[in-house]
Amino acid sequence: MNKIVSKEYLSPNVVKFEVEAPLIAKARKAGHFVIVRVGEKGERIPLTIADANTEKGTITLIVQKIGLSTSKLCELNEGDCITDLVGPLGKATHIDNFGTVVCACGGVGTAPMLPIAEAMKKAGNHVITVLAARTKELIILEEQMRKFSDEVIIMTDDGSYGNKGLVTDGVEMVIKRQKVDLCVTIGPAIMMKFVSELTKRYDIPTIASLNTIMVDGTGMCGACRISVGGKTKFVCVDGPEFDAHQVDFDEMLIRLNGYKDIEREQLHKISPNN
Amino acid sequence: MTNFNEERMQPWRVELRNSMKPKDRMEIARVKMPELDPEYRSHTMKEEVNLGLTPEMALMESKRCIDCANPTCVQGCPVAINIPKFIKNIERGEFLEAAKTLKETSVLPAVCGRVCPQEKQCEAQCIHLKTKNEAVAIGHLERFAADYERETGNISIPEIAAPLHKKVAAVGSGPAGLAFAGDMAKMGYEVVLFEALHEIGGVLRYGIPEFRLPNKIVDAEIRNLIAMGVHFVTNCIIGKTITIDDLLAEDYKGIFIGSGAGLPRFMNIKGENLVGIMSSNEYLTRVNLMDAANPESDTPVIKGKKVAVIGGGNTAMDAVRTARRLGAEKAMIVYRRTEQEMPARVEEIKHAKEEGIEFMTLRNPIEYYGDKNGRVTHMLLQVMELGEPDASGRRSPVEVKGKTELVEVDEVIVSVGVSPNPLIPQSVKGLEVTGRGTLVVNEETMQTSIPYIFAGGDIVRGGATVILAMGDGRKAAKGMNEWIRSFT
Ligand SMILES: Cc1cc2nc3c(=O)[nH]c(=O)nc-3n(C[C@H](O)[C@H](O)[C@H](O)COP(=O)(O)OP(=O)(O)OC[C@H]3O[C@@H](n4cnc5c(N)ncnc54)[C@H](O)[C@@H]3O)c2cc1C
Ligand SMILES: Cc1cc2nc3c(=O)[nH]c(=O)nc-3n(C[C@H](O)[C@H](O)[C@H](O)COP(=O)(O)OP(=O)(O)OC[C@H]3O[C@@H](n4cnc5c(N)ncnc54)[C@H](O)[C@@H]3O)c2cc1C
Ligand code: SF4
Ligand code: SF4
Ligand code: FES
Repeated sequence: MNKIVSKEYLSPNVVKFEVEAPLIAKARKAGHFVIVRVGEKGERIPLTIADANTEKGTITLIVQKIGLSTSKLCELNEGDCITDLVGPLGKATHIDNFGTVVCACGGVGTAPMLPIAEAMKKAGNHVITVLAARTKELIILEEQMRKFSDEVIIMTDDGSYGNKGLVTDGVEMVIKRQKVDLCVTIGPAIMMKFVSELTKRYDIPTIASLNTIMVDGTGMCGACRISVGGKTKFVCVDGPEFDAHQVDFDEMLIRLNGYKDIEREQLHKISPNN
Repeated sequence: MTNFNEERMQPWRVELRNSMKPKDRMEIARVKMPELDPEYRSHTMKEEVNLGLTPEMALMESKRCIDCANPTCVQGCPVAINIPKFIKNIERGEFLEAAKTLKETSVLPAVCGRVCPQEKQCEAQCIHLKTKNEAVAIGHLERFAADYERETGNISIPEIAAPLHKKVAAVGSGPAGLAFAGDMAKMGYEVVLFEALHEIGGVLRYGIPEFRLPNKIVDAEIRNLIAMGVHFVTNCIIGKTITIDDLLAEDYKGIFIGSGAGLPRFMNIKGENLVGIMSSNEYLTRVNLMDAANPESDTPVIKGKKVAVIGGGNTAMDAVRTARRLGAEKAMIVYRRTEQEMPARVEEIKHAKEEGIEFMTLRNPIEYYGDKNGRVTHMLLQVMELGEPDASGRRSPVEVKGKTELVEVDEVIVSVGVSPNPLIPQSVKGLEVTGRGTLVVNEETMQTSIPYIFAGGDIVRGGATVILAMGDGRKAAKGMNEWIRSFT
């Protein structure tokens, strides 16, 4: 049952797991996610399926430690089991031959981008990936991304690797240089907001994969809701990908912080010094 | 009704009936359900409010039933439980026989005895009401018999027919799916029940709080089904993890859909996405399924001090009473009609009031306001009045022009109804669906437009009741069995 078959650190706070889940491995498509729960008192959290191996019957999850549940998950080792794992959830990415596609990812957003870049490449697109992080050691999955991209542009806030600057600087550089047919962006909400504002100025269709707070992940609770084009949508069933130019990112940022105080308190459970 | 009558003429029944004059029976006062003290219980999360009847109380109450020749109460029960037979069994002290009588018809008597809207169903048709008396407390007695059987460790595993070596699937583990699974297992089918969540029970688990329906009651029913050979698969979403076609390929002969009405409705008014505003499904799921009120649990829940719950149904009552228990100083029901029109069970409304819940009726929220962090701080209520009756026969609320009220809140729970879960209807081609998103079935057999798919419960009815969902599950089992036998 959902046994972890391998564990690998991609950066100090990012762990890659390969987990037994044969049915999900078979059913999943790029853009899908799962809900996992660690421990009998665990919380249900969403994670993108970064990759799958149908022969081995495994899926790959890439997790960034940011709070209680992700930390608990990252404490698990090879051979341990994940208490609950359900999926694949959400709508698969709309893959087509658009022409030139820019994949703009920040931090752990690279993980969910990986299967999308792969599918876009296979569909015949010219794929340009912009990989951004605060500093060099937080850049993850560069090698894998190179496999599926025609070009990879690295951006770091501190200039410790690649170009110095934000993800938007990298994207704008490409836009100024050549015609871009589609931009896909995944990362922290604030980053997606700025990418979206940039591509809107240049009138480039843009898709954002949203990482709202979720509970069930099946459309039952509405915890994940956001406004898209003035209408309320449930990210877990209507998304997670939406037309970025229609998304109310400010509202999303507020909603993401809805449980911040309680979560900070809970973190004491694992590390009293936090 | 013929066997009803035959049973009624059995010597023990006749003797019991004649042992006391109907007039004397009718003079006994209706039993009062012992309850936890309202002040105490509004601060305790999991203790059940109703404590159950003692055997003495149950005996006395059972004497009130005059064992009518034409028991109108039975017509009021959606599944036509043989009510006088089970009550007379209590009167003669055969409590286990009473439980057995209930189980001839209902697979969840301990649940229905607790949550059925009795006052609108069986008890509404009791003959006592015709003479301006209070109805026999059928629900309380039903709960008594079922609890007695369970608590004395006498739950009997029903006889299982010889294995047919035929597989059938149930989708969803609410009352509809559980009832279907039980009946099919009895007939000798190999039953696999798939549930999307990590726990079994549907709304009985994630919706209805423990202070009304303790988990141990649902657990006992599930243990029973496991003992009968039903196989449960949690964390499996049909239509996502595996498809209906996958099931067919694995040689399932029939599939029952009991996926419920899980989609919460919002009102789509300004400010509804502020932090602190959520659906009752989210609130109750956090507290019931995820145990968020327990400090050991990793799932957080907002514990508001001034909590408004929008709506007047059972779900709204459950949410507002939960908020009270989580420490709300002011817990309010905001409902656009009056108390008379509230769909909630009368007992829940009574209990809520005893627990200090405020009822703001003839009010409807039209906008929410928040602080700079996006947290809700106020709601603007439109004052309403009752107008002409609508299609449902209830007088519809209309705005009193220009009259609004601003009320301070720090948490709002929206409980204005649910829609059918669209997952299955969307994932199966050719499945006939109504405009409201419910599945179309043959009412006798519960068969859908696709012959091997049967359905029942909230996915067919929209938001309904536990007893109706249970009845549907049983009907579908019968229908599917006949259908499978018609070609094998
Ligand atoms: C569809 C989807 C796919 C995702 N895929 C991945 C993935 O592949 N890898 C991965 O590492 N993470 C992914 N996430 C994010 C992940 O679910 C959250 O990081 C996780 O729920 C946080 O749980 P926690 O208990 O560790 O932290 P918490 O204690 O819950 O959160 C700590 C702080 O982080 C912020 N936060 C809370 N929830 C989120 C969230 N969903 N996204 C961003 N910030 C949040 C809040 O400000 C919170 O105060 C995905 C989210 C969604 C919705
Ligand atoms: C808070 C609340 C209080 C209530 N109070 C009362 C009351 O007092 N009295 C009363 O009679 N009724 C009450 N009801 C209504 C009653 O609970 C429902 O009518 C009843 O539970 C419906 O049963 P069901 O079997 O159709 O579906 P549900 O109980 O909704 O169960 C459906 C199950 O199917 C699962 N599912 C959905 N889709 C899939 C899929 N694709 N694959 C696998 N699994 C799936 C869901 O996760 C869920 O567990 C209440 C409802 C709520 C929400
Ligand atoms: S199942 Fe409900 S309606 Fe039927 S007898 Fe029992 S309490 Fe009454
Ligand atoms: S109608 Fe009332 S008195 Fe008559 S059989 Fe039913 S419960 Fe008993
Ligand atoms: S997570 Fe519950 S509806 Fe999306």
